[in-house]
Amino acid sequence: MLQTASDPLMKVENLVVEYSVGGKTIHAVSDVSLEIARGETLGLVGESGCGKSTLGRAVLQLRQAVSGKVLFDGHDLTTLKGESLRKMRRRVQLIFQDPIASLNPRRRIGDIVAEPLMIAGVKDPEERKRRVDEVLSAVGLDPALVSGRQPHEFSGGQCQRICIARSLVLNPEFVICDEPVSALDVSIRAQILNLLEEMKARYGLTLLFIAHDLAVVKAVSDRVAVMYLGRLCEVGPSEQLFARPAHPYTALLIEAIPVPDPDVRPTQSVPVGEPPSPIAPPSGCRFRTRCPRADARCAGEVPELRVVAPGQFAACHHPLI
Amino acid sequence: MSGALLSVEDAVVDLPTPRGNLRAVDHVDLAVGAGKTLGIVGESGCGKTMLSRAVLQLLPKKAKLSGRVMFNGQDLTTLSAEKLRKLRGRSLAVVFQDPMTSLNPVLTIGTQLIETIQEHLELDLAQARQRSIELLAAVGIPAPEQRLAQYPHQLSGGMRQRVAIAIALSCEPQLLIADEPTTALDVTIQAQILDLLAREQQRRHMAMIIITHDLGVVAGRTDEVAVMYAGRVVERAPTPALFKQMRMPYTEALLAALPKLDVAPHTPLPAISGRPPDPTRPLKGCSFSPRCRYSAGRCTTEKPRLSPAETQEHLYACFHPIAAGVGA
Ligand SMILES: Nc1ncnc2c1ncn2[C@@H]1O[C@H](COP(=O)(O)OP(=O)(O)OP(=O)(O)O)[C@@H](O)[C@H]1O
Ligand SMILES: Nc1ncnc2c1ncn2[C@@H]1O[C@H](COP(=O)(O)OP(=O)(O)OP(=O)(O)O)[C@@H](O)[C@H]1O
Ligand code: SF4
Ligand code: SF4
Ligand SMILES: [Mg+2]
Ligand SMILES: [Mg+2]
Repeated sequence: MLQTASDPLMKVENLVVEYSVGGKTIHAVSDVSLEIARGETLGLVGESGCGKSTLGRAVLQLRQAVSGKVLFDGHDLTTLKGESLRKMRRRVQLIFQDPIASLNPRRRIGDIVAEPLMIAGVKDPEERKRRVDEVLSAVGLDPALVSGRQPHEFSGGQCQRICIARSLVLNPEFVICDEPVSALDVSIRAQILNLLEEMKARYGLTLLFIAHDLAVVKAVSDRVAVMYLGRLCEVGPSEQLFARPAHPYTALLIEAIPVPDPDVRPTQSVPVGEPPSPIAPPSGCRFRTRCPRADARCAGEVPELRVVAPGQFAACHHPLI
Repeated sequence: MSGALLSVEDAVVDLPTPRGNLRAVDHVDLAVGAGKTLGIVGESGCGKTMLSRAVLQLLPKKAKLSGRVMFNGQDLTTLSAEKLRKLRGRSLAVVFQDPMTSLNPVLTIGTQLIETIQEHLELDLAQARQRSIELLAAVGIPAPEQRLAQYPHQLSGGMRQRVAIAIALSCEPQLLIADEPTTALDVTIQAQILDLLAREQQRRHMAMIIITHDLGVVAGRTDEVAVMYAGRVVERAPTPALFKQMRMPYTEALLAALPKLDVAPHTPLPAISGRPPDPTRPLKGCSFSPRCRYSAGRCTTEKPRLSPAETQEHLYACFHPIAAGVGA
């Protein structure tokens, strides 16, 4: 694999994930390879339905892959079973998009955050309380005030803090954040992004940060991976990728972001057209039906990820750089 | 504003709730002229939708509205239900965030378009059908003729929003209210839909109100912006003037909190601490005071009124406006 991270904690190799719906196959994730270095944040962006959550779930073994490997700290999670998988999974946690829906409405916050400890077999109630209190304080909530209350008494932003606390209580090494701020307001979004950065430093985390908002992804990521219709288009260091995108789809995404500056007139060049169906993805390059540079080769041949600049890789026959 | 197509004058919307009265819209004045676009920006729950429903006279039954909504010289709050129904769809149209709230899931796209057109315009079936096809083509739907036979669920989210826009435009409205028309859509589709609205607005010399929580959306696509916080308009200005010099601390904080592409990764975001006040427990002073870093003196005891700055067009409600030296 080309994208060599110096010390990969997570390595995804040629991952393929499919769903079958009414006799048809949805090609949700097709031949995706990625590496995430220890201590790094890798951002994953792409339009709705491109397979971001599916990739995250397959990494966590919440969804079985058709083929491919998921190497966590050298162990292939796809072949682990029973106790050894459970042990490994404790080191990997997930934060969901909808903070309110992912909390059990009938339980108290203290119990919700303690649940992973119960499952992990931490029997001493004193020890559980100590760890729950510590992690609640870390996310900016007062344990004495919140532990006894229920999720409906909290706002979306506070619920996301609780979810983050729950995901950190087992001291994981790797956390997948699946659109952790998409459901939150601008003002609350900034609070949670700052909190995630703080938690990463404090607990020495490695993060896979999934979002469809490029600016949000850039704010927290060392490197960014761009996905389109189940395939990886481009991977590279954040600054570099946004300054000089190589893949036409990355460029399109950057161009489409509304800029809060009235002197920047929105470009009218965004091509009409929508993502095709993942049931029958286009042959060759899956982006070709919307790509201004597409030619016959793009229809006939699947582009492989290739180096376009130091640390930057694009899957395109006619890259922009 | 004289000569405005729509002017909202001192609108107040009260909603009874189990926790007490909820003032969703608190003494709001707004105006928009023909061919102009007004942006309304603010966080979730600040009253944007209630304000637009007040304009459309589509408030929840239990809601109480006071103030005037002048449209084309008549006060909509005094019109009969029948007159209002005629007006909506004909002169006043709306597009919601979720296109499924304006589309009927059990009727084909064609039936919905043709029925709307025939209800308001005197066209026979063949003419209405022809017009539907033209409208679908105008909003960028490929193979419009075939689409007439399709149901909303057979279309993608972006396509559905285009259909909702086609229906809203079908009777050549004078005013179109778009309530977060692109919030549920991806950035590339969002850009297409906003382009479409801008194009149709110019072509028809229609007035438009775009409601959004994204300052980026209003920056490039509106003539004037009103920023709402806790039911009130807290700053209002021509778009270039607003972005050149924000006077109200909330507007500035909202812009600062937005992640931006030209900022290096891992730069802490200037977040706004806390959250908006409980709308059933109104504050005595400025509603933004618990979160405002400039809060001092009468900020906590007195409500700042929306008043002009250097120019008559730039209004803000703040005792200590930014970089002005005219506060307190
Ligand atoms: N449980 C499922 N059964 C069938 N199809 C599914 C299932 N989950 C996802 N899909 C399909 O797989 C594809 C990828 O979906 P996925 O949820 O991974 O996308 P995503 O990038 O996370 O999108 P979003 O930004 O909307 O969350 C989509 O076409 C989706 O409809
Ligand atoms: N049917 C209702 N009954 C009672 N209160 C309501 C009702 N609908 C909205 N509210 C309340 O009125 C206030 C204003 O809501 P509104 O929907 O206008 O906000 P908004 O600015 O449109 O927010 P969003 O960005 O989330 O759409 C909020 O406090 C909301 O909780
Ligand atoms: S491979 Fe061809 S179609 Fe695909 S992005 Fe590159 S130029 Fe466009
Ligand atoms: S009035 Fe006072 S509290 Fe309100 S925004 Fe201005 S400075 Fe801040
Ligand atoms: Mg997802
Ligand atoms: Mg709303």
